[in-house]
Amino acid sequence: MDLYEYQAKELFGRHGIPVPLGDVARTPAEARAIAAEIGAPVVIKAQVKTGGRGKAGGIKAAPGPQAAEEEAGRVLGMDIKGHLTRAVLVEVATVPFEEYYAAFLVDRTAGSFLAMVSAQGGMEIEELAERDPGALVRLPIDPAVGVDAAVAQQLVDKAGLPETAAATLQRLWDVMVTEDALLVEVNPLILTTDQRIVALDGKVTLDDNAAFRHERAPEELTGSLEGRARAKGLNYVKLDGRVGVIGNGAGLVMSTLDVVAGAGADPANFLDIGGGASAQVMADGLEIILSDPDVRSVLVNVFGGITTCDAVATGIVTALELLGERGRARPIVVRLDGNNAEVGRRILSDARHPAVRQVPTMDGAAQLAARLAAGA
Amino acid sequence: MAIFLTKDSRVLVQGMTGSEGARHTSRMLAAGTDVVAGVTPGKGGRTVDFGERTVPVFGSVAEAVGETGADVSVVFVPPRFTGSAVEEAVAAEVPLCVVITEGVPVHDAIRFRALARGGTRIIGPNCPGLISPGQSSAGIIPADITTAGRIGLVSKSGTLTYQLMYELRDLGFSTAVGIGGDPVIGTTHIDCLRAFQDDPGTDAIVMIGEIGGDAEERAAAYISANITKPVVAYVAGFTAPEGKTMGHAGAIVSGSSGTAQAKKEALEAAGVRVGRTPSETARLMRSALGTA
Repeated sequence: MDLYEYQAKELFGRHGIPVPLGDVARTPAEARAIAAEIGAPVVIKAQVKTGGRGKAGGIKAAPGPQAAEEEAGRVLGMDIKGHLTRAVLVEVATVPFEEYYAAFLVDRTAGSFLAMVSAQGGMEIEELAERDPGALVRLPIDPAVGVDAAVAQQLVDKAGLPETAAATLQRLWDVMVTEDALLVEVNPLILTTDQRIVALDGKVTLDDNAAFRHERAPEELTGSLEGRARAKGLNYVKLDGRVGVIGNGAGLVMSTLDVVAGAGADPANFLDIGGGASAQVMADGLEIILSDPDVRSVLVNVFGGITTCDAVATGIVTALELLGERGRARPIVVRLDGNNAEVGRRILSDARHPAVRQVPTMDGAAQLAARLAAGA
Repeated sequence: MAIFLTKDSRVLVQGMTGSEGARHTSRMLAAGTDVVAGVTPGKGGRTVDFGERTVPVFGSVAEAVGETGADVSVVFVPPRFTGSAVEEAVAAEVPLCVVITEGVPVHDAIRFRALARGGTRIIGPNCPGLISPGQSSAGIIPADITTAGRIGLVSKSGTLTYQLMYELRDLGFSTAVGIGGDPVIGTTHIDCLRAFQDDPGTDAIVMIGEIGGDAEERAAAYISANITKPVVAYVAGFTAPEGKTMGHAGAIVSGSSGTAQAKKEALEAAGVRVGRTPSETARLMRSALGTA
């Protein structure tokens, strides 16, 4: 889960990392009240989980409460690269004397942790890596040692950061470890004119797998199909096309999307019901997909492994019974293969459900679903 | 022949007394696996009756290894206990530890991966395990999809592994390894490619990748430098949008890196034929083996 900047800064604050004074606002009036309390010029920053918001007009300076209210009114509701701005961070305007870059992340290639630090911050890190790769210090972090005083010192020395930044780097590592983060990035980490180190921005990605050992605020559900699916524990991603896709196993579903695209149609979603496709999970999945008005046809692609095809077929039949009329409105193409495929196919044909059509191969099923979505 | 797992492998199951552990131990036994022990802390001294075989339960991995000579551990314990279970297997110097559990915190995986370096080979986490058909199965790959043969398979995805095994079931497999879809895993595509290259029982290799990371690109470079056996590949996720996690925690396209197209191009540049669909991939393998 990616955190918003204001959430990242709350975490930083709890770990003793200096951040500018500020608070989050969801209305212009709230922005005004926060600016009045701060009593100094502020910055209004759109809270969206994407980069490049400054260029998109999502960051505005406001000398006082009145301007804060007006600027918040302009930024709230703004669409930034497809992300709707629902909140702004109102914080005291802080002038950097110098700008640095600091990040800890999971290095998939090495299967370990990596520190990246540079004395040249403020710009996109990809840009820095390209323009002046020597200026970006990369240091593998031994998971058994972490970032102790010696490692932090090594980082500031190599990157050319002031001595005072070493303690901040150690605290950022604390965030990484104690919060089970996959990424902790500060860009820019600044030195103020009065020689203080401050995290002016913050990007934190938490590991959802570790949620069981943390008390975390639940991710806000927006009432979208993705939010509803997540509430039901389904792995669903909305896409732009017309063919609804359900399958078991992330790899197989990704592959199914590609095969649908290869058949000339665009998939409407990614939906993985996982290994144990029970009737209830299948019903929840079909319900979500049939709630999507963009869907013209549905493709159910299941390879029976440990969960055999007869169990999956029974699940589909039960799911369609639960859905009643809603399950009849659009054609559902089913491909069952693998363990007990014959039995599963017979269960489906015996059920004689008017919406269900069976095709024995993945390619053939995708072609039929694509044709049906096109209205043929 | 096979890689990592043979008929002589002596398998212990961590979490055998749990429902998943018991269910899959029973299936592994049916597949011919020599399951010699179960490990559940606090339940040592018991036995579990699987019909044809009664398997003793030990309170620790070290004890199970000492008593039975187990050389493979399969881990079915819940995510919150997986880190310590794997660390225990590593401490007991078990040569191969297969971590089936899904939802293991990445920090835990990094820690046990670092501890295991140079000692225990870890496969997974979040993987279906591996099977050498007709010999042994360590994990949850169905044993009745295919029989023994001379194709090696390595994949991030479970169901795609099954799909390709099914498409090529008449030819059969030496070993199929599901390495798992998490961001940090113990055994990579390259580790498996190297082992298949060295295995006299493997004639050709199927490699299944998916979006995210650069494992496929690195595998491509490794193949062009080191692999002389035919390799065909399949990459899932051409239609995946940027920035969205597609089921597997590792399957996310960030910017222009990690796309299916980039992986396909890297593999083709290394002389690997890449199928657009699983069925086309199977056809490419048949033609590579001259059995089309």
